[in-house]
This record gives sequence, structure tokens and C-alpha cells, in this order.
Amino acid sequence: MTDRKIRVLVAKPGLDGHDRGAKIIARALRDAGMEVIYTGLRQTPEMIAAAALQEDVDAVGVSILSGAHNTLCPRIVELLRARGMDDCLVVVGGIIPQEDIARLKEQGVAEIFLPGTSTDDIVKFLRHNVQPRT
Amino acid sequence: MPETKELTSAERVSVERWEQETLDPVLRKRPERKRGFETVSLDEVNRLYTPADVTDVDYERDISFPGEFPYTRGIHPTGYRGKLWTMRQFAGFGTPEETNARFKYLLEHGQTGLSVAYDLPTLMGYDADSPLSEGEVGKCGVAVSSLADMEVLFDGIPLEEVTVSQTINAPASILLAMYLVVAEKQGADFRKISGTLQNDILKEYIAQKEWIYPIRPAMKLVVDTFEFCTRHVPKYNPISVSGYHIREAGATALQELAFTLRDGIEYVEWGVRAGLDIEEFVPRLSFFFNAHNDFFEEIAKYRAARRIWSRVMRERFGAKSERTLQLRFHTQTAGVSLTVQQPLNNIVRVAIQALAGVLGGTQSLHTDAYDEALALPTDQAALIALRTQQIIAEETGVVNTVDPLGGSYFLESLTKKMEDGAFDYFEKIDAMGGMVEAIEKGFPQREIQESAYQYQKAVERGDQTIVGVNKFQMEEEQSGIPILVINEAVREHQLQRLEEARARRDNGAVANALEKLKSAAAAGDNTMPTTIEAVRAYATLGEICDALRDVYGLYEEPAF
Repeated sequence: MTDRKIRVLVAKPGLDGHDRGAKIIARALRDAGMEVIYTGLRQTPEMIAAAALQEDVDAVGVSILSGAHNTLCPRIVELLRARGMDDCLVVVGGIIPQEDIARLKEQGVAEIFLPGTSTDDIVKFLRHNVQPRT
Repeated sequence: MPETKELTSAERVSVERWEQETLDPVLRKRPERKRGFETVSLDEVNRLYTPADVTDVDYERDISFPGEFPYTRGIHPTGYRGKLWTMRQFAGFGTPEETNARFKYLLEHGQTGLSVAYDLPTLMGYDADSPLSEGEVGKCGVAVSSLADMEVLFDGIPLEEVTVSQTINAPASILLAMYLVVAEKQGADFRKISGTLQNDILKEYIAQKEWIYPIRPAMKLVVDTFEFCTRHVPKYNPISVSGYHIREAGATALQELAFTLRDGIEYVEWGVRAGLDIEEFVPRLSFFFNAHNDFFEEIAKYRAARRIWSRVMRERFGAKSERTLQLRFHTQTAGVSLTVQQPLNNIVRVAIQALAGVLGGTQSLHTDAYDEALALPTDQAALIALRTQQIIAEETGVVNTVDPLGGSYFLESLTKKMEDGAFDYFEKIDAMGGMVEAIEKGFPQREIQESAYQYQKAVERGDQTIVGVNKFQMEEEQSGIPILVINEAVREHQLQRLEEARARRDNGAVANALEKLKSAAAAGDNTMPTTIEAVRAYATLGEICDALRDVYGLYEEPAF
């Protein structure tokens, strides 16, 4: 790890407005000393990738509960990679059926946090997996 | 000050005596398990409640008899001995055909009312073919883009006989129009149609966040439905003022109660300003509360809600008629309390939450299915949820007497605490100029966010227990329950019907109706008649919302 603070974009794609989880995560990461940017609601994958690039983040945390994850999450990964953000970690939190987890991981999602995950576990995961920068 | 019953010195002395003689020796030998005991709202609960805790509660004035002001014990003198609550399971997924089949399945198994869940594109006013709808069609509810979908949704369901509740908010006036046109095609008389439209836009800005237009024009649309229904659909409830989503977003029980009732006050004020008579439209306002885990806190919340509403209606608005003073409500068990871990445990949670709703005197009830932390419910899970209500109604005996917990020192004390806390919030919100202004300042939003965060921290410290999540976990989850999968063919199916509807209709009539709607909206006239005309011409939901977006603009949430 370097002394540089971990920068995370908390993103809420799709039409869903349930942002309780996204806001709790944003605050918990901030309390853990990370720099957090919250996109606000109803962001398209394009908007999320653009914000990630502009903010030069180490990780994107996607909050999704609507069932649209199979459409939206792989596209976010794809767009980040297309912008050269190969090391940018994409993690997903929300209601994701067991059957979809393996596929999302194959498509480049680093980890999926299901309901009931403690914010500490998410903090630890990011600390261990964010690529150190030089 | 109203007269309060003083505790006799003998009673006061007896509590102190008990503490000294009986309690203290035991505490010295064996301290309690925890230093403090809290509700799920992180509210401290005392060890024991005695007459000393209810000295400021007067039976005649504050509790009274069921069916009498202030209705703490219920609005019906016979409670559930006269009529059980309506078992109304919220359902909707995939195509209108699939949801229509689920409706019929639930009705066949003894459900007594319907409740429609729409998908996110419908909730946000987009058609199935909008680029923004991609990945979301039919996922969180049923997809409806035009009257053609609505006709299929209610095919073979007589709308004059079955009461239907619709969970729709920002585009509520349009879905109401679609519903009425389907009823009209069935030959139904508007005056006989009953049912409920959620149509509570304030709680969208506060909690659920499925908004379209800025707050004030959105409020105007709500008032338009009040006015239209009062005149033409008098048995219909044009709004369900909802605390459910406020609670799900993280509010405490008190915040849910206070913000919901203050929203109710706001709607009454807007109706009055539009020239409506409170004795005519207020009786058709219904409410919707959450049933969360803390059993007594929830029951106190429902009892306090009735008492507060009747007092507010009488004292603040000068209401006189019984119907105007009585708060009626629907209850849904807390989706947020369901766990992915050991999902069958959710059946038990739902049963206990539902029991709280019943002991609180709910008029209708939705019980969540045990698989809802994972996906929308399967047929089997939905059936167990319905059976849970039937077991409470038919086997437990709690329906045999009215308000069986009334008079409990604990419950009456909690009820009073809820009432006082809600009036404190009303005062703060009134001082900001009202609920619309409070929302614009971000006040309820911030209060809820703070509570949500504190609760999360309490769970992570282990101060609040969630069985299977932070206690009694299992390494090897044996869940393996079947999950409802919405397949991607739903979108194709919906696109096809949308295309057919657009091809069949008279596009000139659609354009004409949309222009008339825009003129009505711009002039501040009631938009319902022109909305109905547009719906009849098969203008789509997206087209009608776009017309109103042109006139009203879009809501942008400030950063809080």
C-alpha cells in the first residue's frame, strides 16, 4: 500500500432509486479514510465510466438491487477497460442471485457483496485488492 | 392543561419498594445481560412499566373505546369480529399475461384484494423501448407501457367487484386513467369502483426517489386526482400516504410515523387550497405503514397514528365527521428485515411482523415472501406468505377481541411517547414552512440517512442482532431455495405489443390529445380529463410523461 488515499466511486446505475445501501457504503468508506465520490441516482454505464476516469478512482462500487445487474455491470467493466482503466477494481453490492455471481466475476467484477455484508469487510477487501500506485 | 390521573402515593411507594426489596438484591447477584435494552429504532426500553409510566394517559381522553375519538383502539367498534383485514398481496412481474395469471392464482387461494407492482420503467414514466429501460423491463414488477398492456393485466378480473391497489407514484394519474378506461371497457360504473392509488409523491423525494417532475407540479398532479376522484370515482382512494418506504430507507419507527403523517397534513393543506372540502376528500386518504421487527414499538406506532390523525384533523382542520377523523391503513411487513442468509427464517420474521400489524388494527395487509431478499417471489413462496395471514386470522385467536393489548402499561406508555415525538417533528417541519419546504431543505432525507447509518453501525457492533447474519451464522448455507427468474424474452414480448399498439392507433388523435394535455397542464387546469383522453387514444405512458416533462421540467436532487 502507498500513502495515497484510496479513491472510490460509489455508483448507482439503472432506474432504481433505493440508495440506502449506496449512501451507507459511501459514508463507511469515508469514515475508513478513503476518498469517496457518489454519482447520485440513475447513472448510465457511460456516465459511470466517464466519472471514474475523470475522478481517477482506484475502485468503482456499484449498488444495484433491481435485477438489471447482468445488463449493466459487465458494461461498466467493459467501458472502464476501454478507457484504459485496467487496474480499476469493480465491486458490486446488492441483490444478486447465486447463479449470476460466477458469470459476473468472469466478466470482470472483482467481488460481489450480498445483503448482510458488514461495511468492515468491504473496507478490508478494498484495502487488500486495490492496486498500489507508484 | 387537561386533567391527568395522578399516581397515588401508595402506587409510587410500591414501585420504589419493589426496586429496593426485590430487584436490587437480584441485580447485585446477577446483573442483566446487557447494560441497555433498545428497540430496532435504537430507542431505550425500561425494565418494567407500571401505572407510574402512564399517569399522563387518561382512558377517556387518550385511549377511549374502539370506534370513538381518538380511535386509539381502532376505528371499528367490533374490531376484526365484524370484518377481517383485507389480505392484499403485492404482485407483479414480467409481462401483463404473467402477472394476470399470478393475480388469478392468488384470488383462487383466498386472497381478497389485488395489489399491482409495476416495473421500474413504468414507475419512472418510460416505455419498454426507451434506452433507459434496458435490462429493467418486467424485472421489479409488471411492465405497462400503454392501455394495451393494462387491458391484458386485468383481463377476466371484474374491476367493479375486486378492489385493486396500484403502487405507482410519479406517473400515478396516468395509470389511474388507464385503470379507469379498462373498467369503462368492462362496462363498470366509475361510481362503484373502489381501490387505491399509491400516488404519494412526497415520500418519493424523501425516501424511495422514483420521481419525475419537480415537487410543486408533482403535487398539483396529486391534487388533480383528489379532485377528479371526489367528483367521479367517489369510492376510490386516490392516495396511500406511505411510511413504508421511509422506514425501508432507514427511518426509525418514530420518523416513519411523523414524516408520513406530516405528509398527510401537507396533502390535506394542498387539497384545501385547491378548494376541496375536507369532509369530502379526506375520508378517501388512506395510509400505508411498515411492520418491522420490534413488536411493541410497531403496535404503538399504529395506535399512535390513529390518535394523532384524529386530533390533527379535529384541531388543525376543524374536521367533524367520523370518516374524516379516522385513519385507515394498509401494512406491509419489512422487506428490509429479510435476510439472504438462511432464507426460511424469513417466514418466522414475516409472521411476527404481520401479527404486529394485526394487533395494531390494520385494514389490509401484505406479508412478504421468504425469498424476497433474493428475487421476486415464486408461486410457492407467495402462497406461504398468504397462508401466514390466514393462520393469524383463523388459528391464533388474536382476532377474537378488540385491541387486545390496550391498557398494557408498556404499550400505552410507548403509544404516548410516539405521539409526543411525532408532534415534536410536526413543530419542526411547520417552522420550516411545511413538508415541501422541509424536503427542499433536505431535512427528512438527512434524518433518515443518519438513522440508517446508526442502525448499520449497531448491527456491526453486535448491539442489534440479525439471526443468521451477525449471530447463529452457518458456514455452509443450506439455502438452495428456488428463485423466480425473469427472462429477457419479456422485453421482446413487450416491445412487440407496444409496436402493435402504435401501428393500430390513430396518430392524429394521439397528437391532438397530447397537445390538449400540455395546454391543460400549462394553464393549471385539472389534467385528469385530458390524460384519460390521451390514454383512450393509446398514447403511451412515455409519450404522456414526455408531454408533462415538456411543461413541468425534471426534478434534480440536490446533494445532501
